[in-house]
Amino acid sequence: MLVNGDAVEVDVPGMRRLLDVLREDLGLSGTKEGCGEGECGACSVLLDGELVDACLVPICQVDGHVVRTVEGLAGRAVDGQPDLSQLDVVQSAFLETGGAQCGICTPGMLMAAHAFLASGADPTDEAIREAIAGNLCRCTGYTKIVDAIVLAAHSASQPPVE
Amino acid sequence: MPIQPPVESPRDLGEAYALLAATHHRPIAGGTDVMVQITGEIGQLPDRLLDVWHLEGLRGITVSEGALTIGALTTYTAMRHSAPCREHAPALVEAAATIGAAQIQNRGTIGGNIANASPAGDTLPVLLAMDAEIVAGSLRGERIVAAADFWTGYRRTALAPDELVLRVRLPIAPDREVRFRKIGTRRAQAISKVVMALSWHLRDGRPEWRDVRVALGSVAERPIRVVATEALLEGAAPTAETAARAAEAVAGEIKPIDDVRSTADYRRAVTARVLQRMIREAGGW
Ligand SMILES: Cc1cc2nc3c(=O)[nH]c(=O)nc-3n(C[C@H](O)[C@H](O)[C@H](O)COP(=O)(O)OP(=O)(O)OC[C@H]3O[C@@H](n4cnc5c(N)ncnc54)[C@H](O)[C@@H]3O)c2cc1C
Ligand code: FES
Ligand code: FES
Repeated sequence: MLVNGDAVEVDVPGMRRLLDVLREDLGLSGTKEGCGEGECGACSVLLDGELVDACLVPICQVDGHVVRTVEGLAGRAVDGQPDLSQLDVVQSAFLETGGAQCGICTPGMLMAAHAFLASGADPTDEAIREAIAGNLCRCTGYTKIVDAIVLAAHSASQPPVE
Repeated sequence: MPIQPPVESPRDLGEAYALLAATHHRPIAGGTDVMVQITGEIGQLPDRLLDVWHLEGLRGITVSEGALTIGALTTYTAMRHSAPCREHAPALVEAAATIGAAQIQNRGTIGGNIANASPAGDTLPVLLAMDAEIVAGSLRGERIVAAADFWTGYRRTALAPDELVLRVRLPIAPDREVRFRKIGTRRAQAISKVVMALSWHLRDGRPEWRDVRVALGSVAERPIRVVATEALLEGAAPTAETAARAAEAVAGEIKPIDDVRSTADYRRAVTARVLQRMIREAGGW
């Protein structure tokens, strides 16, 4: 499979959760486990561009597919690690508005936000709230997360300032 | 870490049928029910699984021979985006939009909802109200089971252990109206306290309803049609009096239970009120 652009091969039982493969086998611990039951969205990743809960996907269904996790949002530095000076627009917007507090929901929220922006949908309050309805946050009260997604939508549609 | 039973991922239907015929396998489609059952150790855990996700023959939405046919592996997201589904089964699309949230809709399938046979499965009342036919297949061939005969008891279906749900066929009836309503704790990620689909036919522009179906979830051990209430509505026009009688009838006909999500009393009152409102909206008074 391709994970954040890298071809990856793992030799694990087919029913192992994508979540466990990412965290345990590939060391990509950005993706979090909250509930393990599809309720909280902390484990959200993109599978072939679609938002999924990695705790509900057995790895046998990912064979040959494309996965993107929070580690794959920012550009990369020469050492292959995410480069903090090349954050994705949603990451910058979350920093700007204070869309993250404790941070446990943040990787999943970022992936949900990213999927929403990629869908090209109109960034109305209603549409944004539906897009993140599968992601629970116990800290922010959601307002600043919604603000961040609005900001990201606007900065994504604006040409970068020189 | 949850248990990881052995799993086979056949690439064609013949191979899947042969595996099912040889030993019992629990199918896994989108996994949004099965993975929760495994991780949460709910019910009998599967000894081995059959991953049907790559069986392309179970995908696709087609319109032919007077019916909308939806492959078992069709996700809620695919239904929401499908022009034929929006045109011929808007109530099903409405139901799909209430299921879980984006992550669940991107993975959860209609075949999984049908086979999982939860009394709260949100598409199931719509399938009942639309006289859907469920096409099942095994090494012995294909057969059709009417939705009305499919859910036989608490989480029980008419499927044999070696059968797969292949697709669901919804007859297209231009003079039919279908309405859907789900009552849950919040708009997303909520299992229904009550879910209802109502359908009727309008013949020659007359106000009287024909072939009325009232189908419900979360008010019995399986998705049901309330036939006594349907009989009362058959040939009636959607007046205030009809609505009041139907509401009283449905409250008496269902047998809901108290559980963590709601009480029997609440479910009975809400079911009656939802039906009354649907009839009122249809009658335009
Ligand atoms: C957070 C969350 C929210 C949810 N919200 C809702 C909701 O609002 N409404 C609702 O109705 N459901 C809801 N669900 C339940 C679930 O998403 C749906 O029932 C979904 O349609 C299941 O489809 P699946 O493909 O994921 O099924 P799976 O989990 O893969 O399978 C479900 C069952 O069906 C069997 N099966 C699957 N496909 C076939 C087939 N082709 N032939 C034979 N057997 C098959 C499996 O063996 C299993 O027993 C929710 C689940 C989660 C985790
Ligand atoms: S850990 Fe996957 S949804 Fe909560
Ligand atoms: S920031 Fe703490 S859960 Fe969202």
